[in-house]
Amino acid sequence: MRFTLWGVRGSIPVPGPHTLRYGGNTTCIEVRTDDNDLIIFDAGTGIFQLSQTLFKEMPLKAHLFITHTHWDHIQGLPFFIPIFIPGNSIRIHGAADPVTQRGISDVLARQMEYAYFPVREAELNARIEYVNLHERQEVQVGCAKITNLLLNHPVLNYGYRVECNGKSLVFTGDHEWPYNIYTPEDDYFEEFEEMVAEKRAGIMEFFRGVDALIIDTAYTIEEYPSKLGWGHGTFDASIAAAREAGVKRVYLTHHEPNRSDDRLEQVFQEAVARAALGPGDPEVVLAREGLTIEL
Amino acid sequence: MSTSQARLIAMVDRMPAFPQTVGRILEMTARPDCSPKDLVKVVEHDPVMTMKILRLVNSAYFGLTRTIRSINHGVVMVGINTVKNVALSVAAMGMLPRKNQAGFDTNEFLLHSLGVATVARLLAGRIGVGEKSAPDYFVAGLLHDFGKVVLAQFMPEELRRALELAMDGSQSLHLAERTVIASDHAEIGGLLAASWQLSPELVGCIRHHHDLSVNGDWGIMRDCVFAANQIVRSLGFGDSGNRVIESFPPALEERFGHDLPELIETIGDITQELEKAKIFLKL
Ligand SMILES: [Zn+2]
Ligand SMILES: [Zn+2]
Repeated sequence: MRFTLWGVRGSIPVPGPHTLRYGGNTTCIEVRTDDNDLIIFDAGTGIFQLSQTLFKEMPLKAHLFITHTHWDHIQGLPFFIPIFIPGNSIRIHGAADPVTQRGISDVLARQMEYAYFPVREAELNARIEYVNLHERQEVQVGCAKITNLLLNHPVLNYGYRVECNGKSLVFTGDHEWPYNIYTPEDDYFEEFEEMVAEKRAGIMEFFRGVDALIIDTAYTIEEYPSKLGWGHGTFDASIAAAREAGVKRVYLTHHEPNRSDDRLEQVFQEAVARAALGPGDPEVVLAREGLTIEL
Repeated sequence: MSTSQARLIAMVDRMPAFPQTVGRILEMTARPDCSPKDLVKVVEHDPVMTMKILRLVNSAYFGLTRTIRSINHGVVMVGINTVKNVALSVAAMGMLPRKNQAGFDTNEFLLHSLGVATVARLLAGRIGVGEKSAPDYFVAGLLHDFGKVVLAQFMPEELRRALELAMDGSQSLHLAERTVIASDHAEIGGLLAASWQLSPELVGCIRHHHDLSVNGDWGIMRDCVFAANQIVRSLGFGDSGNRVIESFPPALEERFGHDLPELIETIGDITQELEKAKIFLKL
């Protein structure tokens, strides 16, 4: 199995001189199974670059998994060129929305309403299918098995785990570690604490032992207190989780849009130093656009 | 399920929540700094709001592997923002009228529900139900009479007749309901809870909260709600239209180690706790 990072930026694309090394595109990850089946996680602006590499494979079958429907994870979808070309087949998986009671099929149709985009979803030439995923529903793509787990973000966000011939990978999408909303003097403090611990244990089980964990790491610990509840992780929390779950390598992603390459490397190195990693600990890698890793 | 039951379930989908909480939810969610625990607190004071949120987060469409049993549990599992937006979508359905044709006093009903919720949770702690399950007992107490709100809203004339029959205390309200509509609020509430895929324990407890002769895995929860129901009624806190206070059969005395008057003695002064709910709801 192999993966390529096509977008590692959070919130909004930020091309420019300060993001040349790590990249300015928003989230998109290409995963290739051992049989070269195509799995794509999220459709941020990075998916446009990915689509440029796919012409030689057409007609193609793409298995797209959306972690959640915030803009930075879907805004490249109308520019995923294969959707316009007859003969291609694209299957889009994701969570239904409990608030509006609408399915993942809404994601493309609504972005492509005539006020926002010149081509309507109904006019697309590729064959497009939608799959509303239940939590922990298994999807088989060739030799790969993909499962999901609900993580913690202001909108439903599924983390995905792929397993293929003994290799494994998890991508979290956007995720903030759940925390107790009560203080020790509140009645609910202890039971909430227990539920949070149970949720964390479930997530650890989901991460357990993967070869690569690609995890939302938007903030530094200094920034975090003012971003509590915004639904993103920190360098320290991501490294700690990777360690606890015994993953082999952890890729820190969803970089803050206003973080320059230099600054990104600096805060990364500070966090790695704080973690004081030893033998047996995961290798910690700063996610960079264009990076391809063979597992 | 009969067609009239199916019709009832469809109608309840659009049933609004209580005015005290709807106003508060709209006001709170308009502020960007809306605190999660304040939001949970408001939702937990409203049986309709609670029931509907549990219903939405547990819907098959949503497909969670775990049944979400309480609002706090929902916050941990699906996140505060989703709970907030679901609450907002319920609030957007409007609010229950303060007065209804059944002559059913919704303020008194709210107090009754909160009283039973509070006492059921307390009793659960007493008999050694773990910290982890205790919140489920609060929810069970809060929702046990949900069927009555449904009757007040959709069968007001029938409920009015039943309330009249039960007014002098000669019979329980649920028996009076049986005379009038050949069903009762426990059956209706249980049916809704089941069709909304709430936890089987909660379904059983709501369904059989008046009938101690039926037992199941949900027996402990139901017994706590039954006992709490009698205690709250004895203390005269709130009113659910039922005047009859039932004494404990031997099985229940064994469960709690006391008969009803003794149990009331031993749990001490809970009026302060109950008054807090009253103040919170500005009733
Ligand atoms: Zn994001
Ligand atoms: Zn997001």
